[in-house]
Amino acid sequence: MSTVPVPVAEPATAVGRVRKRLTSRTASAISLVIALIWTVPTLGLFISSFRPEADIKTNGWWNFFTDPKVTLDNYQDVLFGTSGSSGRLATYFINSLVITIPSVLFPVAFCALAAYALAWTKFKGRDWIYVAIFALQIVPIQMALVPLLQFFNIFALEDEGSFVQIWFAHTCFAIPLGVFLLHNFMSELPGDIIEAARVDGASHARIFRQVVLPLIVPALASFAIFQFLWVWNDLLVALVFVPGADSTPLTVRLAELAGTRGNDWQRLTSGAFVSIIIPLIVFLSLQRYFVRGLLAGSVKG
Amino acid sequence: MASTTQRRIYALVGVAALALTAAACKGGDGTTNDNLSKPECAAFKDYSGIAGKKVTIYASIRDTEEDLLKQSWKDFENCTGVKIDYEGSGEFETQVKVRVDGGRAPDIAFVPQPGVVEYFAKGGKLKPLGDKAKTTATQNYSADWLKYATVDGKVYGAPLGSNVKSFVWYSPKMFKDNNWKIPTSWDELITLSNTIAAGGKLKPWCAGIESGVATGWPATDWTEDILLRDQGPQVYDQWVAHTVPFNDPKIISAVDRAGSILKNPAYVNAGIGDVKSIATTAFQEGGLPILAGKCALHRQASFYANQFPKGTKVAEDGDVFAFYFPAIDAAKGKPVLGGGEFVVGFADRPEVQAVQAYLASAHHANTRAKLGNWVSANKGVDLANVANPIDKKSVQILQDSSSVFRFDGSDLMPAAVGSGTFWKEMTAWITGKDTKAALDAIEASWPK
Amino acid sequence: MLDMAVEGPKLLMLLYGVIGFFAIVGLLLLALDKVSGRRDRWVALGFLTPALLLVTIGLVIPAIRTFIFSFMDADSSDFVGLDNYAWIFTQPETRKVLGNTALWVVLVPTVATTVGLVYAVVVDRAKFEGLAKSLIFMPMAISFVGAGIIWKFVYAYRDPEVADKQIGLLSQVVVWLGMKPANWLLEPPWNTLFLIVVLVWIQAGFAMVILSAAIKAIPAEITEAARIDGVTPWQMFWRVTVPSIRPALVVVVVTISIASLKLFDIVRTMTGGRFDTNVLAHEMYVQAFDSYDDGRGSALAVFLFLLVTPIVFYQVRQFRKRRQEAM
Repeated sequence: MSTVPVPVAEPATAVGRVRKRLTSRTASAISLVIALIWTVPTLGLFISSFRPEADIKTNGWWNFFTDPKVTLDNYQDVLFGTSGSSGRLATYFINSLVITIPSVLFPVAFCALAAYALAWTKFKGRDWIYVAIFALQIVPIQMALVPLLQFFNIFALEDEGSFVQIWFAHTCFAIPLGVFLLHNFMSELPGDIIEAARVDGASHARIFRQVVLPLIVPALASFAIFQFLWVWNDLLVALVFVPGADSTPLTVRLAELAGTRGNDWQRLTSGAFVSIIIPLIVFLSLQRYFVRGLLAGSVKG
Repeated sequence: MASTTQRRIYALVGVAALALTAAACKGGDGTTNDNLSKPECAAFKDYSGIAGKKVTIYASIRDTEEDLLKQSWKDFENCTGVKIDYEGSGEFETQVKVRVDGGRAPDIAFVPQPGVVEYFAKGGKLKPLGDKAKTTATQNYSADWLKYATVDGKVYGAPLGSNVKSFVWYSPKMFKDNNWKIPTSWDELITLSNTIAAGGKLKPWCAGIESGVATGWPATDWTEDILLRDQGPQVYDQWVAHTVPFNDPKIISAVDRAGSILKNPAYVNAGIGDVKSIATTAFQEGGLPILAGKCALHRQASFYANQFPKGTKVAEDGDVFAFYFPAIDAAKGKPVLGGGEFVVGFADRPEVQAVQAYLASAHHANTRAKLGNWVSANKGVDLANVANPIDKKSVQILQDSSSVFRFDGSDLMPAAVGSGTFWKEMTAWITGKDTKAALDAIEASWPK
Repeated sequence: MLDMAVEGPKLLMLLYGVIGFFAIVGLLLLALDKVSGRRDRWVALGFLTPALLLVTIGLVIPAIRTFIFSFMDADSSDFVGLDNYAWIFTQPETRKVLGNTALWVVLVPTVATTVGLVYAVVVDRAKFEGLAKSLIFMPMAISFVGAGIIWKFVYAYRDPEVADKQIGLLSQVVVWLGMKPANWLLEPPWNTLFLIVVLVWIQAGFAMVILSAAIKAIPAEITEAARIDGVTPWQMFWRVTVPSIRPALVVVVVTISIASLKLFDIVRTMTGGRFDTNVLAHEMYVQAFDSYDDGRGSALAVFLFLLVTPIVFYQVRQFRKRRQEAM
């Protein structure tokens, strides 16, 4: 293009080019500044987690660059130490997994079903049900803890069985936001596809399974990631619904470390990183899916 | 297409049903044998018939202390065959209520606040001590201690561990180098503070009251310790019972006296910063400047010994030690402020009562004392079993009949005040709020 | 290292959980197939039953209970009328708490959405877009506990008169700039702003991801047409981008606003609500859980619910509008 001179357009493109370069410069500058502000605190924590205890307590992590001293003791202590004062995080790690996986599967399925009904079936009061579910987002979870515990007393759940409670609780609490988000995607699916299937005599159950589900798989994946992050990072629900020190998840343990060990930065930093690592891997590996999921949701037919 | 999906679904459902049935059939085989006939179990022969049973305990003790505690009842478990399921949590105070309200009360809780014991007892949630536990408790603990867990004439629990709060931490070496003497009266304490401040090298006092959700408690301890000295135990009791209001001139006088140290820029905050820095310094770190040679005095309980780094020698001739926070008028006796936790039961099954009885016994107190880092008001504790000098000193003070012991007042008050506005307002007081305004606010919050 | 006798049963439980999931969802789909063909109402009921059942047990019943408790005393034994509500409005601290809450609800959604939107626009089709986005999203993956630790570390302060080295980044940056650091979490109203930064830091990633996807979905013809018309990037942003992603913006702002209203973790872990940093949701927790006063805690919860009704109404209007457009 540049080899073909277009005299008339020349001044405009020149200005355009300058402006473009300018905006792309400011754009890069802005993005760089934001990216920096958003990463540096975590980076500081990450570097600190490898520094010896004495260093962490006496000077800032940026001194690492001039005086690099690396130790794995903090991780050793937090992951595999067996005394109560160490983290023993490996066990809590498994607990977190056992708690999280079903707590993601159930809400995704139930929210998808509900969102479908609210978007594509016709019945009286449909909008009211949707608004009511949406409004339930504001019910403070704290206020739901005691009644839910009382509800579980009907069943005799013991030991490992108590995991069922926390799955149930997380599923309940996820529904308002899940239905809200999925309904947004679902209602923007092209209506003619569903109408066509209806005309062909397909049942709603079949349309959901064979037409809608494949289309919203990416959206479901996105919601699943969010739900995964919320459950993995939850403290409050876990504190109440997983009694017994043997089944508490990572966050509870990390909070305990933070509480008793106000000044043990070396353990807190490494402990925090152990808890971050899985959500980070999940996010990074599903990221592409994630963006596409939201993309598919917002395409209008 | 549809039929294959359907078939697949049917198959899945079938497998799932099978798996769930298998899960439901998983039976337990509890061992029901005890080892009481063995010679090493002679001490536990009174606790028979509880083998194979499980007792759950929920408390706020965790970390190293939790390990030692579990170790202290290990023999009891092995000999009697009972299983103690202990859970320690930093959120104990909030979660115990959630669990009790939700119908999931633990069998036993170690409650550090008599106010909370009263709350659950009045709500009908707690069971009074069984006969055996009650006898053991009255045998080993003074009536003063038991009254804190007595509601409407019924005894609900015996103390487990205790602590003495009326201590001032110092560095014996620093004192020796500067030729300072350990103050034995309030006037001497103030004279010493002035000497140190006038020396210009360092400020005398350091403090830290930040403690997460509980921020402020060390400041309430200061207030109580001084109120006990400034106004005497009678006023203290009336204040706790709220017959003397929180903003009474007597209380204002005591808080102002605490302020003459804590809010005196010439005195604090040695090695850390200005007066306000007390509010943002973790209580765990409040006394550490003593080790660094930057601070001379730090008023904190006996358990503060655990906060010094490993290898610190806590002894009269060591790196750090503590002296008794002196009385203002020695003629009125030796005021001692302290605390402890009470072993209360939400259940009264025989095995629960047996565990309560054992935890009240001198045998347990001595077993636990031998493991170190522990203070108990149990009269049966043999001083020879208490190795740590600061613990020994605490036990001596607790067993000394001239001590006028009072329980931490904030733990005796209703939760809204004791672990609410009192902490909150004392923190605000440190950061600049006027004494009267702070105490007025606490008074206004007292539940009607 | 790992004791399989302890971990085994848990993993087995996980297996049962997953199998249970397939069993329940499978049965549900089978049942739905059976009711199909009849009227929409019954089919819809089938689709909605699990969700409605769960929210009824987990949220509706507790909400009703909370509403009733708000008219009762501390241990929910006697009715006290409107006393708890009267208490809220006579507390001298209430004004401060409401002010702080307002600050959170105004600042967090606007700043987080702005940052997310600007970032999404500038990195759009940039060379390292994927990586750039992950950096901003990362805080979403960090728990409140973790975030609390990270930011406590940033705000850590040592009095320069006693300590020669700072360990907190913010203090050090200020020192590098030649100024005196301060005890950041102590002085109102700045301390509330420092806490707000933490939630903005967490939520901007959420905003960025959703908005970025919406931007990518803007049909190419629209942007091309605008470009041919010779609009400046600035005009392009305001006249093309923003209107096209309006629905996504609404979702983001609404979700973050509700999250800010309900926020209590950051305040609790970083200041415990002291130094004038208290917010409504935290005060509710303090009353109900620290002070054992269910009455006041419930009244605060109901009050919180009332504050969110404008958002609900706004959402309803948006929703109706979109329905009409779609028709």
